[in-house]
Amino acid sequence: MSKETWKELTIGTINLDAGNSVKNLTGTWRSGKKPEFIEENCIQCFFCWLYCPHFAILVKDGEVKGINYDYCTGCGICSVECPSKEKSIVMVKEEIELAGGSKK
Amino acid sequence: MAKLKDLASMEDRLVAGHGLCLGCGIPLIFKMVLRATEDPLIIANATGCLEVCTTIFPRTSWNVTWIHSAFENAAATIAGVEAMYKSLKRKGRIPKDKKIKFLGVGGDGGTYDIGLQALSGAVERGHDIVYVCYDNNAYANTGGQRSSATPFGASATTSPEGSQSPGKLQWRKDLTKILVAHNIPYAAQSSPHRWQDLYNKAKKAFETEGPAFLNVLCFCPTEWKYDESQGIRLAQLAADTCIWPLYEVESGKYKVNYKPKEKKPVLEWLKPQGRFRHLFKEENAPILEEFQKQVDRDWEELLKLESF
Ligand SMILES: Cc1ncc(C[n+]2csc(CCOP(=O)(O)OP(=O)(O)O)c2C)c(N)n1
Ligand code: SF4
Ligand code: SF4
Ligand code: SF4
Ligand SMILES: [Mg+2]
Repeated sequence: MSKETWKELTIGTINLDAGNSVKNLTGTWRSGKKPEFIEENCIQCFFCWLYCPHFAILVKDGEVKGINYDYCTGCGICSVECPSKEKSIVMVKEEIELAGGSKK
Repeated sequence: MAKLKDLASMEDRLVAGHGLCLGCGIPLIFKMVLRATEDPLIIANATGCLEVCTTIFPRTSWNVTWIHSAFENAAATIAGVEAMYKSLKRKGRIPKDKKIKFLGVGGDGGTYDIGLQALSGAVERGHDIVYVCYDNNAYANTGGQRSSATPFGASATTSPEGSQSPGKLQWRKDLTKILVAHNIPYAAQSSPHRWQDLYNKAKKAFETEGPAFLNVLCFCPTEWKYDESQGIRLAQLAADTCIWPLYEVESGKYKVNYKPKEKKPVLEWLKPQGRFRHLFKEENAPILEEFQKQVDRDWEELLKLESF
């Protein structure tokens, strides 16, 4: 992708590339903890999908399948709100890796 | 009734990659609101966290037609757009039966304060619009100044607690009732922790002919100063303490949508939040007492209004 500068914007600062913020990988904000999905405990209530502020719950074929670490910021709401008897999402330690934050 | 599983399979009109904080309540609110209509949607958004963090140059998180408004006029902007489409229909430029929804959005600063006259005018003129205020109790995007929605006793950068002051001295403005006083067809208060309540109210608002207003309490870990994993817990406590009652007013008729089995003391909502920490000092005990009394008065009044 070419470099994005103001010169490429449509006159009137109209952005025609709706939803292009998906190129911003907010997962790079995580600092030290991340959620881990434990499929066998999951009751497919979709609360994690509902309450995730960063659209980071993977849903496929009508089922919660895990975490999209490209966007997960590690806030922990999903784990707190997960209602299954044994938690299906737990927060675990994560080594911090410095990354670029932008998908080319 | 809608099922979460089905809602999850709908296309997102607000997408990933936005720059809202860890644990922010705003995206949860709009995840539901934007699913409550499948018609084409045009949004006017007053500046504030939502507007700034979803449109960081040169990108946008909006998958729908979206207009950046100034701080004070989102309601006027969306009213103008609605009026234009009405005129295009009248002139036969677009089909008369084409359904388009018009949504104005702003924070508490942009709605309770600087945008109030634009909103008042737009709903008084009877535009067919929905306006959603996400009330995070502060001017969050500019660092946490007090607004007229900031709770009594809260420490904000322009109402700091200290030796000369116990935090904000004024009780919060009751914006929802101000909108009710405009005699609009639909006005309601909701919260993101009860997704059905929020979804149903947003759906009703979109289906209402004429102006509809939603006021949604929005947790904000950055300005409320609490552990960012606890937002939904706090939202639940705001309803259980009756600090933020969930109710709706349809053509003047009040309905309270959630009555806690056991009303919890306001302390439970205040305690986890750093902006209220000073209230737990001995000398501020009267402030806490006054806080509880005022919440009790407001709740009793609401129940009375419902009984008419
Ligand atoms: C006329 C004007 N005054 C001040 C500002 C600066 N400003 C931008 S966002 C903001 C605070 C918005 O507060 P609120 O509406 O509560 O939204 P939040 O940031 O809390 O989401 C302010 C003061 C502005 N953009 N325009
Ligand atoms: S930790 Fe936060 S951002 Fe990550 S998946 Fe859970 S709710 Fe979403
Ligand atoms: S909240 Fe927990 S139980 Fe519910 S779908 Fe998500 S992981 Fe599964
Ligand atoms: S300051 Fe508050 S409302 Fe604004 S993005 Fe951060 S958490 Fe959300
Ligand atoms: Mg605000």
